[in-house]
Amino acid sequence: MKKLLIAFLFAPLLAIASTSVHLDKWPGSVSDTAALQNGAKLFVNYCLNCHGASYMRYKNLTALGLTEQQVKDNLMFTSDKIGGLMAVAARADEQKVWFGATPPDLTIIARARGDLGAPYAGSDWLYTYLRSFYRDDNRPTGWNNVAFENVGMPHVLYGLQGQQVLNHETHKLELAVPGQMSPTEYDKAVSDLVSFMVWMGEPQQEFRKTLGYFVLAFLAVLFVVAYALKKEYWKDIH
Amino acid sequence: MAAGNFDKYKSDGTLAGNLMEWVDARFPATSMWKGHLSEYYAPKNFNFWYFFGSLALLVLVIQIVTGIFLVMHYKPDAALNAFGVPVAFASVEYIMRDVPGGWLIRYMHSTGASAFFIVVYLHMFRGLLYGSYRKPRELTWLFGVGIFLCLMGEAFFGYLLPWGQMSYWGAQVIVNLFGAIPVVGNDLSILIRGDFVVGDATLNRFFSFHVIAFPLVLLGLVAAHVLALHETGSNNPDGIEIKANKDENGIPRDGIPFHPYYTVKDIVGVVVFLMVFSAIMFFAPEGGGAFLETPNFYPADPLKTPPHIAPVWYFTPYYSILRAMVWNFFGLDAKFWGVVAMGASVVVFAFLPWLDRSPVKSIRYRGPIYKTMLTIFVICFVILGYLGTQSPSYWGERISQVCTVFYFGFFFAMPWWSRMDKFKPVPDRVTMQ
Repeated sequence: MKKLLIAFLFAPLLAIASTSVHLDKWPGSVSDTAALQNGAKLFVNYCLNCHGASYMRYKNLTALGLTEQQVKDNLMFTSDKIGGLMAVAARADEQKVWFGATPPDLTIIARARGDLGAPYAGSDWLYTYLRSFYRDDNRPTGWNNVAFENVGMPHVLYGLQGQQVLNHETHKLELAVPGQMSPTEYDKAVSDLVSFMVWMGEPQQEFRKTLGYFVLAFLAVLFVVAYALKKEYWKDIH
Repeated sequence: MAAGNFDKYKSDGTLAGNLMEWVDARFPATSMWKGHLSEYYAPKNFNFWYFFGSLALLVLVIQIVTGIFLVMHYKPDAALNAFGVPVAFASVEYIMRDVPGGWLIRYMHSTGASAFFIVVYLHMFRGLLYGSYRKPRELTWLFGVGIFLCLMGEAFFGYLLPWGQMSYWGAQVIVNLFGAIPVVGNDLSILIRGDFVVGDATLNRFFSFHVIAFPLVLLGLVAAHVLALHETGSNNPDGIEIKANKDENGIPRDGIPFHPYYTVKDIVGVVVFLMVFSAIMFFAPEGGGAFLETPNFYPADPLKTPPHIAPVWYFTPYYSILRAMVWNFFGLDAKFWGVVAMGASVVVFAFLPWLDRSPVKSIRYRGPIYKTMLTIFVICFVILGYLGTQSPSYWGERISQVCTVFYFGFFFAMPWWSRMDKFKPVPDRVTMQ
């Protein structure tokens, strides 16, 4: 009887758990410059062909410790102006015809995907998604994704990761054909790419926090002064 | 104490003094300064709850100043730019990235919107605690309710402007509600939208309402609110009239000049408030998804309805009340009654001065009934607010119906229960606690 009761109590929890995808924790950070530079490289080489980052200017990549010349030589493929936006050459309406849906702009995708409430949920989702592609011959692109069922996007990083297949008995992904990278290397590469996307979602986020400490410190001092002033004026009020 | 009964400024012969006399002969500078600040006598026993009036004024100023700068760069245009993104949405990201300091201004404005409601809700709760709405301050309270309504409109119109998914679908849902009104409903919602769906015309008129119409009315109401307050004088945590006990100079014995006493005290409140405000703005500007909702990082897409549309947290109690109405009455659709209940749940505050029949004002001298009722009301308000953020569910609906009954019960049964309480004797003079 007791067991039955417990089963009833936890049944709804199981139901919830089974409908949502387990997200792997993104191990990276936005303050790791080397990771951000590597992420930027991966982003312009693999993502920017179809997805735009149209709120972002190439010039702002210099915040990752690169000179304008380095950005021009290594990262600028879609614009010849350093002040230009990181847009794709492909037009949104044409892409819609090709893929069935316009590939979303990725500038703030890490923030938009944070709809799971937890901080960094967006980054966890991206980190999981980019590692969850598997071969599926029923899909027009030949690819499917555990984190995003029937996704329209093919696995553009398969050269790096290799090809995974879904084991339908264990519901686990298995590497069938190895890629250029070992699984550990690939996880690190994806983590760097996610770092870049989290950074790009709000490039000034680290500065924002730093400034926040200064503002709070100033206010703390101001509080002492303001409180002393109040005490002084109010000492005769009883 | 009202402005106007003060002697005109007399020059001491200096240039500055002469100038002041010249001005004062032509403009009520002295009487305004004295009447509203240096010789406006406020009760000396204001406590924590009395910070939120001045804080509301502070947030109003923050919103207006940051708003001025946002309007310089924001573009209310639903057309798609060269990259397939709505211009309005892209202009917000432009502010966040390319405008120097734009991110700070924008976060101040978005955090300020939520802060405004937090501060105003606490300010209203103070009124409930100490009976500030009671005679002779009914008009102050009514202007306050007007400010609250105006603020809701301001927030609603402003929320559309970033033109994100939640902006778009939130506006779609709320404007569609007007369609529930019999006969005129459909035409009314088309009139509000300026189109058959939320679109560029809607965005432009909401922009106009948000930056011109509502701020103008809001400022007028705030002025009226303060003027009415200064006519009657402030209430206090004891709920007694300090004007009933004046000294030989006609100054209330329990009153102290607003300036400098409350100006220096309110500065302390301002600093503490700014610390909380800054902590949120610099370290969690999204407020965990409550201040900046995540779906709003996707541009508005009229063809893609988000799976779950929820208003911002400050509207959710009323939204829950709307959803709690699921019955058709008198041949009218449940949706219509939902709209009526939602409207009533906001407007009902205006009737408080006449619903409350207790002989005392302050909760300090009221008995257990008021304390219980107020606690239940606050709990119901919070539960309704929480449920409004959640997807509809069977139990959510039942609970919100129960809470709705208690919510309205608090107001409509007040003429009876407010009289039945056990009251404590009210002191003649204010008490310092």
